[in-house]
Amino acid sequence: MEEHLKFVIVGHVDHGKSTLIGRLFYDTGCLPKEKIEEVRKICEELGRDMEFGFVMDHLEEERSQGITIDTAQTFFKTPKRRYVIIDAPGHKEFIKNMITGASQAEAAILIVDANEGVREQTKRHAYILSMLGLEQVIVVINKMDLVGYAEGRFNEVKKDLLVFLSSIGISPTYIIPISARDGDNVALKSGRMSWYQGPTVLEALDTFKVKEAAVEKPLRFPIQDVYKVRDKRILVGRIEAGKIRKGDEIVFLPQETKTKVNSIEMLWKDRTEAEAGESIGITLCDQLFIERGAVSCSMDNRPVITNRIRANVFWMSKRPFIVGENLHFRVATQEVPITIEVEKKIDSSTLETISDNPDSVMETEVAQMLISSKDPIVVENFNNIQELGRFVLVRDLDVVAGGIITHTDNV
Amino acid sequence: MNYLDELESKSIYIIREAYKQFRNIAMLWSIGKDSTTLLWLVRKAFYDQIPFPVMHIDTGYKFKEIYEFRDDRAREWGLRLLIAKNDRALAEGMGPDKSKLDCCTALKTEALKMAIAKHKFRALLLGIRRDEHGIRAKERVFSPRDQEFKWDYKNQPPELWDQYKSKQSDEDHIRVHPMLHWTELDIWEYVKREGIPIVNLYFAKNGKRFRSIGCETCCNPVSSDADTIDKIVEELRTTTMAERSGRSQDKESAYIMQKLRSLGYM
Repeated sequence: MEEHLKFVIVGHVDHGKSTLIGRLFYDTGCLPKEKIEEVRKICEELGRDMEFGFVMDHLEEERSQGITIDTAQTFFKTPKRRYVIIDAPGHKEFIKNMITGASQAEAAILIVDANEGVREQTKRHAYILSMLGLEQVIVVINKMDLVGYAEGRFNEVKKDLLVFLSSIGISPTYIIPISARDGDNVALKSGRMSWYQGPTVLEALDTFKVKEAAVEKPLRFPIQDVYKVRDKRILVGRIEAGKIRKGDEIVFLPQETKTKVNSIEMLWKDRTEAEAGESIGITLCDQLFIERGAVSCSMDNRPVITNRIRANVFWMSKRPFIVGENLHFRVATQEVPITIEVEKKIDSSTLETISDNPDSVMETEVAQMLISSKDPIVVENFNNIQELGRFVLVRDLDVVAGGIITHTDNV
Repeated sequence: MNYLDELESKSIYIIREAYKQFRNIAMLWSIGKDSTTLLWLVRKAFYDQIPFPVMHIDTGYKFKEIYEFRDDRAREWGLRLLIAKNDRALAEGMGPDKSKLDCCTALKTEALKMAIAKHKFRALLLGIRRDEHGIRAKERVFSPRDQEFKWDYKNQPPELWDQYKSKQSDEDHIRVHPMLHWTELDIWEYVKREGIPIVNLYFAKNGKRFRSIGCETCCNPVSSDADTIDKIVEELRTTTMAERSGRSQDKESAYIMQKLRSLGYM
């Protein structure tokens, strides 16, 4: 069984995201002949040269206007492994689609036009990558053909970008000069930029690591639902961290109910142990009333139980948040009503503070929030266990914001 | 965990989320390889006691092998099988000799619409995959359909990590797609590992096999000698032919799939 790595391509409008994807497909031989023909035909009808972008941009509106509206995922392979490639729209008005795509990725390519340099969405997207905790990042400086493959221009853009990236805590693993249109340094080394000694985009991707489940961390098993199957009450869910074994002593939080694992339930399988990433069920040694949202943990290492957290929140809804309105907070399978104090809000592109103690938060703004709930919630700092450190805010059943917990207690 | 375990685990998580949120749901079973794999995962998610019906949208033009397979498995696995058919459109002469857009819309989308109204389902599980078609690559895991059944592909809800949206009152139902992240090759590798029974149309006879099945009238076999699962896996590792190349509804015009899907097609 081969490895699979999921990565997202982000960056400013028209800096070449879709073209790079088309090129990756074409150069790895992963584009069906029929597809190339289809794209060629559509480009002809639109009176244009062959556009690799159309491989991902499938909506009529996307092709006629030459923009990416929504994120899409597709697959290609190298001799080393398979890749899931996540395309993300560059336009500011589709930022929620970009975040949707990026939240699924293990690595990212940030693309910058060599001619235009760092632009608004270059910064906003980079910031979102850092918020989502993506650490494996390749920067590609594209359209080197437009600047005569000049090393000087490459270094200028690189310097600009590194100043910004270091301010948000991203240190890219590679910075690669490419021409996605012509294929320079994508799958093949370019003969036109002999001054560049580093890897191609594909070689760089192949060095990245697939995200592993948090097997070595302490047990965190949030309950998703409870089924009555034949004579058993089975608590189902996915193990987010650690391992669970038959006979283990566990505690359900926030209730603090203690018991032992009687059995691990998977259909057609006899299991005595299961680990992070697995969707399983368990039965308990005691008859306890446990509901969705409870988090089972090992006795000796527990997450934080709190009703106040501090977090960075990215607002994604067209309708702004107005201080005073109540939202719901969802983390893993927990959902609780909350109230919010906004400490400050930041422009997600310039990173400038827009205001302290504002009374509203608008789409694309990031806010540092103090979130309070009446009921206790079981959480972690995002840096400890991501699955219990990231959340969404819900208004009228819609997801309107995503966030990362920065402080879990003493706030 | 290996890769197939990961795919399986994610799908089971999604299936259980959908059931927790909606209870009144159904699964769509086209009897093809993907939805049969979904059915397998649904059995696993609920310890082989599926708490909702399994619905077949029957156009009346399916292969006879599909009907046989459906009825045999439904009996063997104890399914609550619902069959949805647009009898009125069929009586009025709708069929594959009309335009593909009209025929698919009447016999699939409309039939589904009537069944949802009758049973008041709030959500439907479907076995579509992102790698089947560029339009499907744009789908969310939880995807709302409005009261006219339309898919608003230009304004889809955000979907972060594994947090999915709930149904609003101005929405008719939510399409739940637990297998978006699977590829055609994954399906066959999983079918092989699990020993999932699959309609024999997929296996080559006289140098031809179907890679994607639906109505007999609109599906063409592809050239292939792959008459076992192992050979199919081998073939898929090297082919440059698109999976749905034998499906005529995808080709009538460049954007027919987009139009069909925006109207509520599966």
